[in-house]
Amino acid sequence: MGGATETFYGVIRRQGITRRSFHKFCSLTATSLGLGPLAASQIANALETKPRVPVIWMHGLECTCCSESFIRSAHPLVKDVVLSMISLDYDAPIMAAAGHQAEAILEETRAKYKGQYVLAVEGNPPLNEGGMFCIDGGKPFVEKLRAMAEDSMAIIAWGTCASWGCVQAAKPNPTQATPIDKVITNKPIIKVPGCPPIAEVMTALVTFITTFGKLPELDRQGRPKMFYSQRIHDKCYRRPHFDAGQFVEEWDDESARQGYCLYKMGCKGPTTYNACSAVRWNDGVSFPIQSGHGCFGCSEDGFWDKGSFYDRLTTIKQFGIEANADQIGMAAAGAVGLAVAAHAAITAAKRLTGKPGSVAQEK
Amino acid sequence: MDKSPQALTATVAVDPVRSGRSERGVVYVYEAPVRLWHWINAAAILVLGLTGYFIASGIPTMPGETSDNFLFGYIRFAHFFAGDALTLGFLLRIYWAFVGNPHAKQIFYVPLWRKSYWREVWHEIRWYAFVAAEPKKYVAHNPLAQLAMFFMFTLTIAFMIVTGFALYAQGTGNDSWQYRLFGWVLSIWPNSQDVHTWHHLGLWMIVTFALIHIYTAVREDIVSSQSIVSSIIFGEREFRD
Repeated sequence: MGGATETFYGVIRRQGITRRSFHKFCSLTATSLGLGPLAASQIANALETKPRVPVIWMHGLECTCCSESFIRSAHPLVKDVVLSMISLDYDAPIMAAAGHQAEAILEETRAKYKGQYVLAVEGNPPLNEGGMFCIDGGKPFVEKLRAMAEDSMAIIAWGTCASWGCVQAAKPNPTQATPIDKVITNKPIIKVPGCPPIAEVMTALVTFITTFGKLPELDRQGRPKMFYSQRIHDKCYRRPHFDAGQFVEEWDDESARQGYCLYKMGCKGPTTYNACSAVRWNDGVSFPIQSGHGCFGCSEDGFWDKGSFYDRLTTIKQFGIEANADQIGMAAAGAVGLAVAAHAAITAAKRLTGKPGSVAQEK
Repeated sequence: MDKSPQALTATVAVDPVRSGRSERGVVYVYEAPVRLWHWINAAAILVLGLTGYFIASGIPTMPGETSDNFLFGYIRFAHFFAGDALTLGFLLRIYWAFVGNPHAKQIFYVPLWRKSYWREVWHEIRWYAFVAAEPKKYVAHNPLAQLAMFFMFTLTIAFMIVTGFALYAQGTGNDSWQYRLFGWVLSIWPNSQDVHTWHHLGLWMIVTFALIHIYTAVREDIVSSQSIVSSIIFGEREFRD
């Protein structure tokens, strides 16, 4: 694919897409990014004049669900993004080249577009045993990642693996799988967590980065504010049931049939930052809560290590115990309560057996 | 009403041998703002504890139309309102530590570096373990009580205020003053579920504290021949022997 000097507009015109459709796409993208009406012409201008941004898409320890999600994007159509908007120069699962040919592209991009290409990373590198748990092209993946990150413009950490570590980093994390921002510390990194992230979120971010040549505004955790500044809970269509105090208590009870709030079934919506309840999935068809199941919190740090998906309270595993805050608290308060009762009993007994009115004279 | 000379002597433990002194043993300890704060704070903690427990574990499902119900919303509102009251009270209490009498400072520090302090703590432990024959008399908190006050109450309440506002910021959003002031908590625990867990453990810390606090206050009032419970209502500590 070497045509990185072409513009997006040039490519789609050649594919027979009309100028009218092109502007429709720009307006739609501007809206989905929350940028306002003027941004549409800015996007159009950028896509008409700027050379396409080369993108290297690497895969570490992962399950490829991010890629699976990405190719199901409805707006903008992934065909347009992959083939036209960006110059996807390297992506092992979907590229035609293989073996030495494929590896040659990495070196070529690194040399030719030094400091200009975007490095998209799906999955993360395991660091244990010198990175031997993930070998890619005969070398530990972590070495390849470090090399390609060196000359990149910015890094996109796709999915919860790259952002937080995900299942391979769950305790006890035998391979020492490590999120990207703990390995690469000298490049701007945008985290797009989710297992997988929402397709429209992924394509919109690629659009933003290629259009404006910079990362969007990030929050404290390094996530794009436009998609991760609110919780599932904040825009959940079942929120009125939460405020009313109408909860599903068991699967398949009357409340479940009524579509009440899944809070007591362990829904993690109140602690999960993602756009599912606003953007939804599969072209806006549904999202977990809409299909009757609580949110897992898949876009949150360490979501595998917080106990059952069906409990509100986190399992705490310190000091060799496995209990939640209520169990620990009640045990502590109970023990202190018993101690207090015993102490009171001894005090009373001493007063009764001793001379009246003085414990002191006991001795 | 000249309280300062008394207050100065009061910081030193009264020797039990001198207990037969002639003057009426009454010292003004808890000034009106401290007493007012104590009871407002107690009420706020009661509301916060109960509503907090319900917020964490949910309530039985409300029957009827959704639009007719707002119970969980009211429970959360009560929690937030009581939280604001507690926070405001705590800030004013810190202010009073500077302008009030010397006892007003006592719950905000522990003289861990002072050897004599530890000797007195040890004596209090012996007293509570039924080993020591006599409790020493203190005008305000005894050294062991001061230890418990600082670590179980003051630090826990400060922790609950900080984590509480950090959780509240999740609802008010990234541009709110709550997020600007307390959003750093979410940098320590990127998954806010952990903040919920710690905030919840804090509740049980306060419950445990309340158990000990109320028990020892009532017990000392009965056993140790000095007023405790009436002191936090009327302000004066009376030594009855």
